[in-house]
Amino acid sequence: MSPIAVITGLGVAAPNGLGVKEFWTATLRGESGIGRIERFDASRYPARLAGQVRGFVAEEHLPSRLLPQTDRMTRLALVAADWALEDAGVRPDELPPYDMGVVTASSCGGFEFGQNELRNLWSKGSQYVSAYQSFAWFYAVNSGQISIRNGMKGPSGVVVSDQAGGLDAVAQARRQIRRGTPLIVSGSVDASICPWGWVAQLAGGRLSTSEDPARAYVPFDARACGHVPGEGGAILVVEDAEAARRRGARPYGEIAGYGSTFDPRPDSGRERGLRRAIELALADAGIDAGDVDVVFADAAALPAEDRAEAEALTAVFGTRGVPVTAPKTMTGRLYSGAAPLDLAAAVLSLADGQIPPTVNVRPVADYGLDLVTGAPRPAELRTALVLARGHGGFNSAMVVRAAA
Amino acid sequence: MTARRVVITGIGVVAPGGIGVKNFWNLLSEGRTATRGITFFDPSQFRSRVAAEIDFDPEEHGLSPQEVRRMDRAAQLAVVAAREAVGDSGLELDELDPHRVGVTVGSAVGATMGLDWEYRVVSDAGRLELVDHEYAVPHLYNYFVPSSFAAEVAWSVGAEGPTTVVSTGCTSGLDAVCHAVELLREGSADIMVAGATDAPISPITMACFDAIKATTPRNDDPEHASRPFDGTRNGFVLGEGSAVFVLEELESARRRGAHVYAEIAGYASRCNAFHMTGLRPDGAEMAEAIRVALDEARVNPEEIDYVNAHGSGTKQNDRHETAAFKKSLGEHAYAVPVSSIKSMIGHSLGAIGSIEIAASALAMEHHVVPPTANLHTPDPECDLDYVPVTAREHRTDAVLTVGSGFGGFQTAVVLTRAERRAA
Amino acid sequence: MQFTLDDLKRILLESAGADESVDLDGDILDRRWDELGYESLALLETGSRIEREYGVSFDETAVTEAETPRALLEIVNAQLGASTAA
Repeated sequence: MSPIAVITGLGVAAPNGLGVKEFWTATLRGESGIGRIERFDASRYPARLAGQVRGFVAEEHLPSRLLPQTDRMTRLALVAADWALEDAGVRPDELPPYDMGVVTASSCGGFEFGQNELRNLWSKGSQYVSAYQSFAWFYAVNSGQISIRNGMKGPSGVVVSDQAGGLDAVAQARRQIRRGTPLIVSGSVDASICPWGWVAQLAGGRLSTSEDPARAYVPFDARACGHVPGEGGAILVVEDAEAARRRGARPYGEIAGYGSTFDPRPDSGRERGLRRAIELALADAGIDAGDVDVVFADAAALPAEDRAEAEALTAVFGTRGVPVTAPKTMTGRLYSGAAPLDLAAAVLSLADGQIPPTVNVRPVADYGLDLVTGAPRPAELRTALVLARGHGGFNSAMVVRAAA
Repeated sequence: MTARRVVITGIGVVAPGGIGVKNFWNLLSEGRTATRGITFFDPSQFRSRVAAEIDFDPEEHGLSPQEVRRMDRAAQLAVVAAREAVGDSGLELDELDPHRVGVTVGSAVGATMGLDWEYRVVSDAGRLELVDHEYAVPHLYNYFVPSSFAAEVAWSVGAEGPTTVVSTGCTSGLDAVCHAVELLREGSADIMVAGATDAPISPITMACFDAIKATTPRNDDPEHASRPFDGTRNGFVLGEGSAVFVLEELESARRRGAHVYAEIAGYASRCNAFHMTGLRPDGAEMAEAIRVALDEARVNPEEIDYVNAHGSGTKQNDRHETAAFKKSLGEHAYAVPVSSIKSMIGHSLGAIGSIEIAASALAMEHHVVPPTANLHTPDPECDLDYVPVTAREHRTDAVLTVGSGFGGFQTAVVLTRAERRAA
Repeated sequence: MQFTLDDLKRILLESAGADESVDLDGDILDRRWDELGYESLALLETGSRIEREYGVSFDETAVTEAETPRALLEIVNAQLGASTAA
């Protein structure tokens, strides 16, 4: 029988809380981290709100040797990885280097670092481009830097599938555990709140232009008008359950099932892939729809996308058949960081018996969703389903189960 | 239960000097080089002004004007390579269950050309710090997220199974194919269209490699600028390109009577956990990846008939890799032919691993080992048989191909003839 | 114009920070770069900043072959002398 993969450590950098405890407390209280962009003057742009990670001072956590060569997303990821390992009770220098790997996702790489070097190139000339540009912006940088900082030489990787990548990375971590590596640092952190990243996201046409933090990102609501982007995410320590047990670790939960699909061409008339991704994940976990206690939705906040997600959920679970929530209404959409953060929220929900709320949303009744709004809902929770969709048609679904 | 055996049944290549598998193989087997002075932009301000560029007209290769407009060059190369691979495999797309067809595309640097150009526009040549969204093209988001490459390939072949981009720097092209092998073995798909692409020949890329002096400044002799394992080498030549494969399970390939190029029998990836760009001279982590890949393939070092090297043409790499071969293959390292096709088509970053898998499969197909071009001056620290200058007829039933990349990634892949062992 | 150790330290810190175990204000002139916690990448970034700021131009391998801060100072000052004399 192939090894079981469990989550044994969490490291969180979220707009509504830096650190697992801070994030989870804020999330249960319904506290949002969405606000006006502070890092650059966004007044000239049609969208001006973002979920920004506040209070993060890289110098307090990382050696100065690393700072000139790292984008913000890498700094956040390195620190979140430190926290996750600490949370798991893992001292990497005590483990064989080939027994530890790193698999993260990225959506756009270190975009702010890239922006600054593009500006140097075009405003001053090629000799002004940093020696670190050759890797600091690229998609593989977080896996590489986490591996170096922690001496992890095992199988590693990076997947890029927009927002869905956050689940695809954790699924790949599970594959590596099944192939025999006892510990994989996984998850993802993204951060691209800079003018160049902002313009690229505006071009996608899916940003909310609302000025009101309480109305800007309202998925499944009749007023849904796009999303607010955020930065951050979560790094997870994923381990072979047997290895975790041997060292006396207490797992948060098991990665029990996963499914991934791609939408047909928009003009094909064929059904989109989210329902199938959910069904694949349930089958992979060996469970029925009725076994799922809560769904963490993708929550795109565009009417057509919300309807598509609601249809997939009602097709599998029936009308109002399962509690659904979107705590990302408090953080904005974190691109590849979103789903790992939802996985963290999901396993914390299982432990606490509380479903965190979706804030600011008055759900469209017609969608047929039992959306948990306003306040946390206490419930007996054993199994959670996390969904993530990426632009262009990526659909991923992951089942996490409370540790036995 | 035996693991499903995964084989290559279709190949598509768009490489410098060789668009299409036939032209690509002609270039390699004739030992011609496709490196030249940069023509894509005025390179006069750069230290290195050599590259391996493709003369590529996307519309001539079947892309519609709309596809050309919305896709970065790297996506265009991948879609053309994917269509060739599917055609070569003999699969009829409309007879397949789209749900069982997946896509993985490797890319190290995504839509670099598109991003470089569009930044120039929205910043008004660097003048505006607060770049102007009014001048952004609608498809800028597709450049922002290179996952769009996998989406384009999936649309072009009608795939609705697991689809992703794999981005592990310069091992992306190996790792993307291995990711697909894993999906086939676990049963998540029956057909994977998998490969890699990069089109990085752009001012920002030249500038960043200038800054670390990784690319060659041999601007006066561009045709002979890429010199892996040669004592006079002084950096790599940037390239571009794509190779894409149709991968499927051996039994299904046999059932439909498909031509099988090679089995992907084993692979492994390890990290050096040492430095983002530096390599330890002992090659220990690459050697470990090779050892595990051989083990998984159940191939002894002595059975490897050809080693397709990373061979980028930096002193650091060539020595690191030579040490890794000695450590993992023992005495056989001195006997087996080792060559680097980067000597002919440059280093296309994330794409090159897939292009090298294509070269390896074609070496098995023809029993010909491609040469290391431009190798005239021995380096005492690189003392293996690097097949200098001229291709060699050589019985080739098992190939090791390796990659090494920024971030510390080291990947090894073993290809074997599928008939080698009983099913 | 003279390129001093203080100039070099300032540029090093901007380019590459400093290893926590190393006191850059100590006697570092003749210590090897690897003992000081700097590798070739840090030196390339440092070298390119010196080139930009002081209008000098190094040979291909000059910066990575200078094994100590003193060796690097000498290269820069030789260049500055040359450009002053010209």
